[in-house]
Amino acid sequence: MKPPPFTYHAPRDLDEALDLLAEVDGKVLAGGQSLIPLLNMRLAAPAHVVDVNRLPGLSGIEAGPEGVTVGALARQAEVARAGVHPLLGQALRLVAHPVIRNRGTVVGSLVHADPAAELPAVLAVLGGSVRLARRAPGGTGVRQVAADAFFAGPLESAAEPGELAVSAFFPALPPRSGSAFEEVARRHGDYALLAGVCAVVTLDEDLHVAAARVACVGVGPVPVVADVSEVCGRRPAATVPWEAVTEAVRRAVEPEDDIHASAAYRLHLVGVLAERALREAAARAAAPP
Amino acid sequence: MEHEITLVVNGAARRARVPGRRLLSDCLRHDLGLTGTHVGCEHGVCGCCTVLLDGEPVRSCLTLAVTVDGREITTVEGLAGPDGLSPVQRAFEECHALQCGFCTPGFLCTVTALLRDNPAPAEDEVLDGISGNLCRCTGYQNIVKAVHRAADLLAEERAPSAGEPPRDGEAS
Amino acid sequence: MSTRLFGEPVRRREDRRLLTGRGRYVDDLGPDALAAAFVRSPHARARIRDIDVSAALDVEGLVAVYTWEDLPERVGRPLPLLIPHPALTHGRTAYPLARDVVRHVGEPVVMVVAADRYLAEDACALIHVDYEPLKPVVGLEEAAHGARLVHDDVPGNVGARLLQEVPGRDGRSAREAIEEAPHTLAFRLDIERSASMPLEGRGVHARWDGTDLRVHSSTQTSTSVRMAVAAALGLPLPHVEVIAPDVGGGFGVKIVHPWPEEILVPWAAMTLGREVKWTEDRREHFVSSAHERAQVQYVRVGFDDDGRVLGLDVTILHDHGAYTPYGIIVPIITSTQLLGPYKIGAYRVEFSSIYTNTVQVTPYRGAGRPQGVFCMERTMDKIARHLGKDRTEVRRANFIEPDEFPYDQGMIFQDGRPLVYDSGDYPRMLAMLKELIGWDAFERRPGRGIGVGCYVEGTGVGPYEGGHVQVTSDGRVHVSTGLTSQGQGHETVFAQIAASELGVPIERISVVTGDTRRFGYAVGTFASRAAVMSGNAIALACRKVRAKALRIAADALEADPADLEITDGTVHVVGTPSASIPLATVAVLANPLRYAFDEEAARATQFAGASAPDRPPVAEGDEPGLEGRDYYSPIRSTFAAGMHAAIVETDPLTAEVRVVRYAVIHDCGRLVNPMIVEGQIHGGVAQGVGGALYERMVYDGDGQLLNASFMDFLMPYATEIPRIETGHLETPSPLNPLGVKGAGEAGVIPVSAVIASAVEDAEGFPVDRMPISPSELFDLRRRHATG
Repeated sequence: MKPPPFTYHAPRDLDEALDLLAEVDGKVLAGGQSLIPLLNMRLAAPAHVVDVNRLPGLSGIEAGPEGVTVGALARQAEVARAGVHPLLGQALRLVAHPVIRNRGTVVGSLVHADPAAELPAVLAVLGGSVRLARRAPGGTGVRQVAADAFFAGPLESAAEPGELAVSAFFPALPPRSGSAFEEVARRHGDYALLAGVCAVVTLDEDLHVAAARVACVGVGPVPVVADVSEVCGRRPAATVPWEAVTEAVRRAVEPEDDIHASAAYRLHLVGVLAERALREAAARAAAPP
Repeated sequence: MEHEITLVVNGAARRARVPGRRLLSDCLRHDLGLTGTHVGCEHGVCGCCTVLLDGEPVRSCLTLAVTVDGREITTVEGLAGPDGLSPVQRAFEECHALQCGFCTPGFLCTVTALLRDNPAPAEDEVLDGISGNLCRCTGYQNIVKAVHRAADLLAEERAPSAGEPPRDGEAS
Repeated sequence: MSTRLFGEPVRRREDRRLLTGRGRYVDDLGPDALAAAFVRSPHARARIRDIDVSAALDVEGLVAVYTWEDLPERVGRPLPLLIPHPALTHGRTAYPLARDVVRHVGEPVVMVVAADRYLAEDACALIHVDYEPLKPVVGLEEAAHGARLVHDDVPGNVGARLLQEVPGRDGRSAREAIEEAPHTLAFRLDIERSASMPLEGRGVHARWDGTDLRVHSSTQTSTSVRMAVAAALGLPLPHVEVIAPDVGGGFGVKIVHPWPEEILVPWAAMTLGREVKWTEDRREHFVSSAHERAQVQYVRVGFDDDGRVLGLDVTILHDHGAYTPYGIIVPIITSTQLLGPYKIGAYRVEFSSIYTNTVQVTPYRGAGRPQGVFCMERTMDKIARHLGKDRTEVRRANFIEPDEFPYDQGMIFQDGRPLVYDSGDYPRMLAMLKELIGWDAFERRPGRGIGVGCYVEGTGVGPYEGGHVQVTSDGRVHVSTGLTSQGQGHETVFAQIAASELGVPIERISVVTGDTRRFGYAVGTFASRAAVMSGNAIALACRKVRAKALRIAADALEADPADLEITDGTVHVVGTPSASIPLATVAVLANPLRYAFDEEAARATQFAGASAPDRPPVAEGDEPGLEGRDYYSPIRSTFAAGMHAAIVETDPLTAEVRVVRYAVIHDCGRLVNPMIVEGQIHGGVAQGVGGALYERMVYDGDGQLLNASFMDFLMPYATEIPRIETGHLETPSPLNPLGVKGAGEAGVIPVSAVIASAVEDAEGFPVDRMPISPSELFDLRRRHATG
């Protein structure tokens, strides 16, 4: 289990990195916590590896009223410590183990687009986006890809060859909103091998549910977002018809059998977790910390 | 193509010529002869290869040596002080927190950083803190015990030298 | 410091080096050695049409590529079948490199040697093997139908079939007893595949200097690897040394020998005249070492109104994987140890050991016992449920009573000897367990259950182990034994035994294990046998040395040996401390050739009387030096026992199972070091919890192992293991001088049975297949809800 040979590049700035990515068929190395296992198992054999760890200006974690922009080199542990977004914090606690989070990046996890990973679901439920940069004639081309377009399939993001994901934007929760992340992993810190659900609930001035969205993990090729605002109805969380809500979520997902669980169990579980996450999010919306 | 790199390992600058694909774990073990860092899975799950990179625990099997050129690395060989075993090492010995010893270097590095950041962790914080390290021998019970014990030893060590009041209450 | 260390929680002497990164595991050796890697079969069953290595030859740093055809006749022979048995009518072993066919994913086909492992893997990737894939045989029951064959010459895929019958006291057979019993039950049980999975994989390093071969292997038996290597390479035994250095866990898998790599790496080293090393990676360990567990059991039981078993009839399908290098030890142990602490009226057990196109099955900690205990304990629970009785009451009704030892179960055990239990006190043990877990006060409610499991474990099987003890003229004591260590703390425990026997401070004692340069005859570390076998052998060797020391000291002190004792390394006359002589001096006196190399030798001259001119300097029957060697070879095994209980909570919605409490009462006879025994139990229970709730090897219909990584083979972390509460009962074994029984495997044995019992209690329906995942518990709930 050793990586296959590749040509290693360590560009010193973004221009150099984009030039390289335009020239060679290269794989981007940031935290490496997803890429290097694939290399060690020789499931990936890129001819070139472009190590972006030395690029300046990509480690930022910038919180503004609209939301948080996380740079490509911001480590998961740093983002969690920054405490800039409640749902990111809730999700990051579930991402692998502390040691992995010291190296792994938030943006890298998004680009890896594992359907059982937590962070893509967070971006999806918030309606966030990823900024992709590339070498364009006469300069740098940048495009902003919304979450629903970014996750294209299992382990497949919208980032194209030659593109570098430079940051991700996680919109702030609206006022009177709460969020929660519930999952059942087999072991603490594992991927959501069974299922996971994150939820955002916004209440109106009467503390009735104004909007409720979930994103489900591990039950489809990409994070499955379900807007259940209508099913919840404009009513206090306590009187939400939870059975109908969980049914609506279950209708949205397409779980499959695998070695860890049956599709039927996952379908059941995703409803259970959705209700837990939504109730918790609603409670947090009603009583902000 | 090979790359000339310098790693500051356990306080000493060490140079090596490595290909781009050389894993940090292999560089430490085979290029620098520091075989105390062990390799148990090479896909980042077992934690045996955990070392401190600028003080933060990371998987050396999921890190290319070239990526960390110029940075500081602490391995198990560098944990003991001039006066002998570190408090974490002593606690592992006292509490019988190792059997075959293969996972131990990874635990020691992880716990050293854990207790630096959180000198008096609660039980669930200890469990979370070591939850990325597999041990097949001990059943973890004595490792958990050793983490608490190490916290006590560190508190004892800090108390007189820093001239602060004892922090037993926090450490227990 | 006291020299009475037997029974004390002495801190481990191994720890210092292991805590500072100075342990020496195989991959830490031979920094300049060439690296070996293997092309392994991607198919579960295929014919090899052609192997094209040409593309690999361009890899820079490549040194050699070997296929089966390149091996000399002796090296290329099928690997030995270690433990033949008359019932194993169709034993089959692999070639070191596949010859024409492959029978499981992971079977080695081509060996590559290169400057380093990266380059060796590059070369492997460029070697093209042309396979003709065949539909594989996967799944026990499918294999047992025998429609397709793993080995063309093994009809029905049956490697072995063994029937053992123990009639009741009234002479009735088990089947007759069941027919006539007031109550009968019939059911089927399943246990999935798991594996030892030590964190250090296997590894071999070999160095040949033109005359002598030195091999380091991460093995549980260096002496046997040595003999196997010498035989395969045609070398005289004295020219081969095998050393097990620090070994990063074994748990059974490393008792298999010789592995193909243990033959091929030394052969390559000799052929190339270079040091060669192979370090198994995790993927290789999953697909090319060995697995265990994997049985289907069909059970019929007849019992009376008190729950006493009148007849038990068990038919076992045992999945042997593709080969049988370790014989049929595992199913033999299952079928004999199944009886546990119970008196069963009449017993019939028949197993079929079945070939499948999967990784071979050899012992993993517990070695067939967890399956047997699962069967018997599920049976006890079902009887209790049927009769509406407390589960512990039914067990109590079937126990062997303390005054019935030695108790003959009427069967033949794994060592080929009668299954006769030596000692124990099962009723007392159960009472202790019930108190520890609070059995009688337990408040049952839906989603919360309590479970229990009992076992008896034959430990310390023969045929022998030896110990050598030498006192040198500096007063140090050098102990060696041939069996190996994989983390059990043998250096500490054996030093404790030697310190207690010899009266020497433990600091002056050093212990070497698993090094054939120091001790050539040994069996190995498995079957919870180290403390019993080598412990007693070392004690016996120490007693020889002690007797000799007292004899020499008595001469020097002009005293009667019977009046002498040794404390703190000094021989002295009881009651007259001034009349004494250091053991170091005795060691000098023990050698008639007494050059004054060191101070001790110079000082010893004061004691040296003139030798009698009419007698040889070394008397007949005597030897120079203060050393002794002895062997311990028991008539039969000792029988340790244990009982575990657990409280679990099951989530009503997610079907997750949480172990809230876990209690163990354990009897391994006299404890040499309670701290180490406790550690062994903790580790065993943790592996048991893994096997009950998390770990399994999942093969698909094509014979592909779907979870061959730590991401998907779910070994528990600290967050998954409950706190383990332990209590000890000590019923010393009458069979050996130290009164010890083994402890190594104990913790793991009943855990699946205990957790199944507790989950069943929480859920109210039978749990007959382990491990159990949340998804499976959910499916069971659905099935039982819809009736």
